[in-house]
Amino acid sequence: MTLKYAYYPGCSLNATGIEYNQSTKAVAKHLGVQLEEIDDWNCCGASAAHNTSHLLSIALPARTLALAEKQGLDVAVPCAACFNRMKAAQVEVRQSKEMKKTINEVIDMEYTARHEVKTLLDVLVNDVGLDKIKESVNRPLTGLKVASYYGCLLVRPPKIMCFDDVEDPMTMDRLVVALGGEPVEWSYKVECCGAGHSTAKPAVGIPMIRDILKNAKLNGANCILTACPLCFLNLDMRQKEAGQLDNNSYQLPVFYFTQFMGLAFGYSAKELCLNKHFVDPVKLLDEKDIFRHPDTRREKA
Amino acid sequence: MEVFDISNQVNNSAPIKEHVEELSGEKVKKCYQCGKCTAGCPVAFAMDNPPRQILRLLQVGLAKEALESNSVWICASCQTCYARCPRGVNIPRVMEAVRIMAKNKGIMPEKNIKLFEELFLKSVENNGRVHEMGLIVMYNLMSMQPFKDVTLAPKLFLDGKISPFPHKVKNPSEIKKLFERVREKEKGGHA
Repeated sequence: MTLKYAYYPGCSLNATGIEYNQSTKAVAKHLGVQLEEIDDWNCCGASAAHNTSHLLSIALPARTLALAEKQGLDVAVPCAACFNRMKAAQVEVRQSKEMKKTINEVIDMEYTARHEVKTLLDVLVNDVGLDKIKESVNRPLTGLKVASYYGCLLVRPPKIMCFDDVEDPMTMDRLVVALGGEPVEWSYKVECCGAGHSTAKPAVGIPMIRDILKNAKLNGANCILTACPLCFLNLDMRQKEAGQLDNNSYQLPVFYFTQFMGLAFGYSAKELCLNKHFVDPVKLLDEKDIFRHPDTRREKA
Repeated sequence: MEVFDISNQVNNSAPIKEHVEELSGEKVKKCYQCGKCTAGCPVAFAMDNPPRQILRLLQVGLAKEALESNSVWICASCQTCYARCPRGVNIPRVMEAVRIMAKNKGIMPEKNIKLFEELFLKSVENNGRVHEMGLIVMYNLMSMQPFKDVTLAPKLFLDGKISPFPHKVKNPSEIKKLFERVREKEKGGHA
């Protein structure tokens, strides 16, 4: 059976999160998952909407979800923040007839909330399954010690997200094992990266990023895995600034989990946009011989 | 240390509590001040009144102190407090409500955060999607820091991560109407 979803890339995946979009498309195709982009989707409103108006924060994602309903499919969302906003809209409409009526008036469409909203991580790890993912690995990620970083919005608030353990989620860690890497235990996997503070309030945002990088490194990680374009941007693009706070250079490559999957499936650095990172990830991958065929790797030779 | 006459406050300024409860749908009195929210708050270090104290200010009706606090702006909506609250209080929703009330009263201790959000929503209202480059350029100009992050721009541009042109929905006026209908409904008093 082919798995088929309505796909909501969200604004970032067409811009600063381009690596996430490219690698998502590559691995989904590889695993036989069909992603049908939602026709005419709009922005989910992010934090700006719910900090301004609760109704707006539900209406914006509801419009997109109403469009997805026309495709008759469950929705797959790569961005953790978009996933959070869409799930919040779905839950509110499901819980209250009054809210449903108001929302349908605001979006001028019918949204019934009968389909599921899923994070892409959930789709790939749980719907496709780790067994199938394991079968596709032809370049195991041996030697990569990975801090799986979930951030806030994939798991919180648990009543709405209903995805993995709220304090110690393991979905990405299990994926890392399936791909041949080694997850490290660390205590910042669900700590907040400060989201937009790195731009609007750097004195608050940058130390938050620094703490995450520091904890990952202290626990022996040589790279970080994320499922959110803003977390990625904060940890990758702001890493130099964060390091400067305590005269340090972290040099911790950050990956989307889909790039990691693509690497293990044998895709090239370019196909996965690894050349677009601020902290060069290829150096680490070369050091660990990831691009070499497993049979001829140093550890075997 | 400044001393508040709490009993007097409780008698005189109950409205803020009710207003927040109406706006957020949360019962402020449920909080029993255990402090778990503040203990886990990743931005408490930058707040004048961390989450537990905001709840207390609201409980005793210290409206001015709550509304002028920077905390509701610094809150990153990370939901850690809500996930851990033994009383199930949705504290981020309370923070949001106080913030919206402060904004309506023209109280903005964190002007840049407010500006960033306004420009973000303006971008969505105009295009249906966020135009990241336009947002950042406008933000830097209007917050009077034109060269902020300018060293990051060339790489972002060459890698195709930012574009001078916005991605738009097919019919941006549909989104404009959505915003208008929200404003219309909120005039009725319920957010």
